[in-house]
Amino acid sequence: MRLNPVFWFIAPALALLAVFFFLPAAAALGLSFTDFDIYALADIRRLRFVGLDNYRRLAGDAEFWMALRNTLYFVAVGGPLSVLVSLAAALLVNHRLTPLKGLFRSLLFLPVVTTLVAVAVVWRYLYQPRYGVLNYLLGGFGIGPVDWLGDPHWAMPAIILMAVWKNFGFNMIVFVAGLQSIPESLYEAASIDGAGARQRFFRITLPLLAPSFLFVAVITMIGHFQLFAEPYVMTQGGPAGSTLSLALLMYQQGFRWWNLGYASAIALVLFGLVLSLTVLAAGLRRRSGG
Amino acid sequence: MRLAPAWNSSWLLSRIKIPRLRSILLACSLMFNGCRTTEEAGLVEFWAFGSEGEVARQLAAEFERLNPEIRVRVQQIPWSAAHEKLLTAYAGGNLPDVFQLGNTWIAEFAALRALDDVSARFGNTGRKGDYFEGALDAAVVDGRMWAVPWYVDTRILFYRRDLLEAGGIASPPRSWEGWFEVMSRIREHTGDFGLFLPIDEWEVPVILATQQGAALLKDGNRYGDFLHPDFQAAFDSYLRWFREKLAPAETSGQMANLYREFGRGYFAALITGPWNLGEFRRRLPALDAAAWDTAPLPSFDGSYPGVSLAGGASLALAAASKRKEAAWRLIDFLTAPPQQIRLYRLTGDLPPGRTAWRDPVLAGDRKAQSFRSQMDRLAPLPKIPEWERIASRIAVCAEKAARGEMAPATALEALNTEADRILEKRRWLLERGL
Repeated sequence: MRLNPVFWFIAPALALLAVFFFLPAAAALGLSFTDFDIYALADIRRLRFVGLDNYRRLAGDAEFWMALRNTLYFVAVGGPLSVLVSLAAALLVNHRLTPLKGLFRSLLFLPVVTTLVAVAVVWRYLYQPRYGVLNYLLGGFGIGPVDWLGDPHWAMPAIILMAVWKNFGFNMIVFVAGLQSIPESLYEAASIDGAGARQRFFRITLPLLAPSFLFVAVITMIGHFQLFAEPYVMTQGGPAGSTLSLALLMYQQGFRWWNLGYASAIALVLFGLVLSLTVLAAGLRRRSGG
Repeated sequence: MRLAPAWNSSWLLSRIKIPRLRSILLACSLMFNGCRTTEEAGLVEFWAFGSEGEVARQLAAEFERLNPEIRVRVQQIPWSAAHEKLLTAYAGGNLPDVFQLGNTWIAEFAALRALDDVSARFGNTGRKGDYFEGALDAAVVDGRMWAVPWYVDTRILFYRRDLLEAGGIASPPRSWEGWFEVMSRIREHTGDFGLFLPIDEWEVPVILATQQGAALLKDGNRYGDFLHPDFQAAFDSYLRWFREKLAPAETSGQMANLYREFGRGYFAALITGPWNLGEFRRRLPALDAAAWDTAPLPSFDGSYPGVSLAGGASLALAAASKRKEAAWRLIDFLTAPPQQIRLYRLTGDLPPGRTAWRDPVLAGDRKAQSFRSQMDRLAPLPKIPEWERIASRIAVCAEKAARGEMAPATALEALNTEADRILEKRRWLLERGL
């Protein structure tokens, strides 16, 4: 029997995928049914198969629910905010009256390519409650000092603000590309028919941006669910666990306490969550497209 | 020494005229050179962390001078990555021959069977009597010695002498009650805080508990013992500082510049470790040296000094090392009194042995001598691999209680339940004798 030659062409890519993606994912699934920890690392006889215990424990783990709540908060508030800010920035940058478009585009894209750790150091200074610039400016409006990273109620908004600033540039570029693909003639025709700026935006720009919008929304949602680096460098999940995300909890359980079984269970829950929401979004797109 | 063969081979290579062959040979020679250095017989791998890592090269150079047949390859690792790096190295079978090990990690690495029992080797040095009992005990788990203490890190009080004197107190109180009164007076006087207790750390609640006689864990470290009246009393005395607003409810990360705030008098005292002796001198040049001082910890029961924790780090010998003789010679050299003093001069790390403390550089330093007094009253932490995890839960529960998000009794309930759950595997292993 001869294999289709196509197979040999895709074999290297398949092999890579199998070794570096499917195998680890399957291993994680397997691990999530065990209590693999440092004891098991030393001696495999100390490993127990625990079935669904890790998942049952997750259901009763207050820390897990808190991390889930924090992550959903970040996705629900940070996601739309990020999309809106990037849309607004794209409209401004793409406006025909804006001079030096290339310069502004590059400047607004800069935070995306800057190292997060360096950014976090600077933002920590901005957020500093007693000497920080942000509180100094707010003080000018008579708003009392806010302990941005120290107050459990303000820490997540502070992380969201920084994350939006850091990441909106990427979505902005996607929106700019979308905006530039809208033919100018449509706007001209609409103007001749007497459409104002607002009507042109809602009747032409937004509907024609729909594909970019959906793409941006899905990518942003997936990215936001994986919130990790921002709280890792800014707050380590504190204060009082208010910025602990699912990914950070997974990291702490896995690589700080070496509870790889439990950490794998968290990873799979996160995976299931993102997968179901992505499928939902894809379904929405098919319905709106068809 | 390693330069010579490389120079030779490149000289040889330059004579070969066929370009492709030359590059292949060059690649091979690089590979073989690489192999040879790792397989060299007298090469000892040594990992050290943080500021010790920064000076490890200097210390090792002296060792190499005295032992020309042994080379030491030092790798510095930041403290924040040290634990993960050691565990991943162990999992990958790549542990170095000699490595620094935080004392709270010794039980964990002993359980991993990653460490060589050094009891016999250490016994032969005859230096056992020189060590402070509390410092030496930190490296002993289940009656076996798993590492040699390198330096001691314990917590004592750093306080503003001038602020206390302005409040009419000439010498630091010897009881917590006394400190409490002093701090209240300072608070009335200046409106600033008394004591800075980072709200997200477990050390102070644990110190207070140990002083109250609480055991932390019970039944051979199989269950949490955080509902014991002794622990509850200690927890309450910890929370009292926050309740009475004598301590700011801030994390160490929030305190933007600890040194400036201390110099400014935002708080009058803090409980911290030896590294701050050097830091305070360096970072507070404007503050008169007589304006601040150190003192051993006070107590609840009138004993003085009150008990503090035996922290610090030790040097461990990897069980899988193929060069144990050479590796042990390095450990033996680094932990001897002359090198203890050298380490103190370079980093400010405090010696775990009495001989080193008689050196003029330490004997004449009044502020360091407070640590010397504290060395006589050190208590060990529970020596089980799960301790750090339990400690991090103590920090979480203490923070929630101090912020008023949880009633103290509820926080302790939760803490005890979590400790029991964390110890579940340990109970299972002990039952089975694994």
